[in-house]
Amino acid sequence: MKIAVCVKQVPDTWAEKKLDAGTKTLDRESVDGVMNELDEYAVEEALQIAEANSGEVVVVSMGPEKATETVRKALSMGADSAIHVQDAGLAGSDALGTSLALAKALEGKGFDLIIFGSESTDARMSVIPAMVAERLGVAQLTFANNVEVAGSEVKIKRQTEYGYDEVTGSTPAVVSVVEKINEPRYPSFKGIMAAKKKPVETVALADLGVDAGQVGLGGSWSAVVEFADAPPRAAGTVVTDEGDGGVKIADYLSTQKFI
Amino acid sequence: MAEILVLVDHVDGAVKKVTLELLTLARSLGEPSAVFVGNGADAAIATLAENGAATVYVADAADLLLHPVAPKAEVLAKLVADKAPAAVLIPSTAEGKEVAGRLAVKIGSGVITDAVGIDADLTSTQSIFGGSVIVKSKVSQGTPIITVRPNSSPVEPVAAAGTRVDVSVELTDSAKKATTTNKVEESKGARPELTEAAIVVSGGRGVGGAEGFTVVEALADSLGGAVGASRAATDAGWYPHQYQVGQTGKTVSPQLYIANGISGAIQHRAGMQTSKTIIVVNKDPEAPIFEIADYGVVGDLFSVVPQLTEEVGKRKG
Ligand SMILES: Cc1cc2nc3c(=O)[nH]c(=O)nc-3n(C[C@H](O)[C@H](O)[C@H](O)COP(=O)(O)OP(=O)(O)OC[C@H]3O[C@@H](n4cnc5c(N)ncnc54)[C@H](O)[C@@H]3O)c2cc1C
Ligand SMILES: Cc1cc2nc3c(=O)[nH]c(=O)nc-3n(C[C@H](O)[C@H](O)[C@H](O)COP(=O)(O)OP(=O)(O)OC[C@H]3O[C@@H](n4cnc5c(N)ncnc54)[C@H](O)[C@@H]3O)c2cc1C
Repeated sequence: MKIAVCVKQVPDTWAEKKLDAGTKTLDRESVDGVMNELDEYAVEEALQIAEANSGEVVVVSMGPEKATETVRKALSMGADSAIHVQDAGLAGSDALGTSLALAKALEGKGFDLIIFGSESTDARMSVIPAMVAERLGVAQLTFANNVEVAGSEVKIKRQTEYGYDEVTGSTPAVVSVVEKINEPRYPSFKGIMAAKKKPVETVALADLGVDAGQVGLGGSWSAVVEFADAPPRAAGTVVTDEGDGGVKIADYLSTQKFI
Repeated sequence: MAEILVLVDHVDGAVKKVTLELLTLARSLGEPSAVFVGNGADAAIATLAENGAATVYVADAADLLLHPVAPKAEVLAKLVADKAPAAVLIPSTAEGKEVAGRLAVKIGSGVITDAVGIDADLTSTQSIFGGSVIVKSKVSQGTPIITVRPNSSPVEPVAAAGTRVDVSVELTDSAKKATTTNKVEESKGARPELTEAAIVVSGGRGVGGAEGFTVVEALADSLGGAVGASRAATDAGWYPHQYQVGQTGKTVSPQLYIANGISGAIQHRAGMQTSKTIIVVNKDPEAPIFEIADYGVVGDLFSVVPQLTEEVGKRKG
């Protein structure tokens, strides 16, 4: 079984994220990059499925050169090889451009499963897995908190507003995972050493047959017009409970007309 | 006037509040038409008409319900092709965003997710990075597809025709590749839905166990609010995971959010930071959640919260 796992490098969760005044896109240079947290769960799920089905795991990531760190992390967790989609023309791509480049990188490689996180921590759109499924015309099995693979049958529990739906499909399929699904492993020292020797193929737009006009900031289908810092929250009042904390909150709620 | 399509979020015809918010918002952009996919159209049409839907497109063929996400995108794609609307508005739920993404690929249009407002010229406002930055964005190609967060617009009912127009689509093979075989409900009680509620009362690790949540629930019920939880509480199995608020749970933006025994990790704040008023009860004065509190009490939630519940009861008479 051949499994692809898509990982995105994002700014460290605790870093203060900023938009660049010129391009009006996320300033990725000035902050530390980490693997998108949910993608660690995607890598773990890919590894577990591969281990149970004598499969191989290929990491796929689109991002600048710096994203190599994230690709290496996935390899050090245990993935076998990687495809790094890297091209200056991709900078500032929107969801249409990103899903196109990823779909082209994944297409025709014989992947049975393509596993994603269900959301990135920076843009938080939660759309790329569905868009890649649409582009590739394969089953969309997303928001999974459980995945079962039996031969070519894939069954997931799709997390919903009210509980979960059981959704089934056949390979090839796109799967996205939520963090309830597993506990990602830490890379071992051996894994980190081994990762250095694993093959990473770097591909550019021309290799994918993607026209530069379809992706990147210039090819975007939507654009940021302007942005500004939100007005800071006015500093609140904090009091220490002296046996009347509940009454004090009730007083506050009354002045705010909640009760 | 330009037609604006609004995808209806509903459960068997019971229309969710976010749909009515979107219909109200759509009226400031053009003439709203509701797009209803699923069972229970008759019940829904009455509500949609009372809230300004001039037309209600209904797609209720049985096969549309067998498959997740893709059929809704295909119904919308057909309507965009046939009616050339000025924009498509979709509730910003997990499923709604996926529908928007697939639709964008199908019709070759830009997509904007998690808008909190839309101007008359279809410029969207997004609140990003946990509410710290406000962005105005615009779709530059195709028919703008915009997903809008619940609680971003008021509901202002106004009577409209609500004329039913049936729509049928031939699903593509690709849409049929995933099949929903079972739906399992794990919800608790009759409280308002978390993402739609005007008031949310949440509990975290400080609640101490599943039994501790009765204190949180009692306060929520006294205020007519929904119950939420931090990941620490859902991971421990004290409260079902669909009530998790935060980066990997629900994003809520209620009028009032009361956080009890929650430290305020960045992943939790990402899901509630844009709440209008935030109240905090925590025994640790250093807990980061106090940084975003409008009103906070440093104290034991097991004495503060029941007292507050009692007080709310008294004042509401
Ligand atoms: C604050 C902000 C707001 C934005 N708003 C919009 C908008 O409204 N419309 C728009 O079209 N674009 C928008 N963008 C651009 C958007 O970030 C990119 O298009 C992005 O590539 C896709 O969005 P996402 O990261 O939210 O993906 P999600 O759909 O949230 O990601 C889900 C999963 O897809 C995979 N994935 C995502 N990106 C990559 C990658 N580069 N390489 C490998 N795997 C990946 C990962 O497995 C990830 O877990 C926005 C960007 C920012 C920073
Ligand atoms: C990929 C990823 C995704 C995540 N997604 C989410 C998410 O969606 N939502 C989320 O919430 N978290 C999420 N987290 C987890 C997050 O980092 C925190 O671990 C979590 O929010 C902590 O929950 P808590 O505040 O309830 O617990 P703690 O951080 O342990 O805080 C408990 C608080 O309760 C207080 N307390 C204890 N007893 C009492 C008492 N008797 N009275 C009053 N106060 C008391 C303590 O002072 C403390 O401040 C995510 C983490 C990761 C890595």
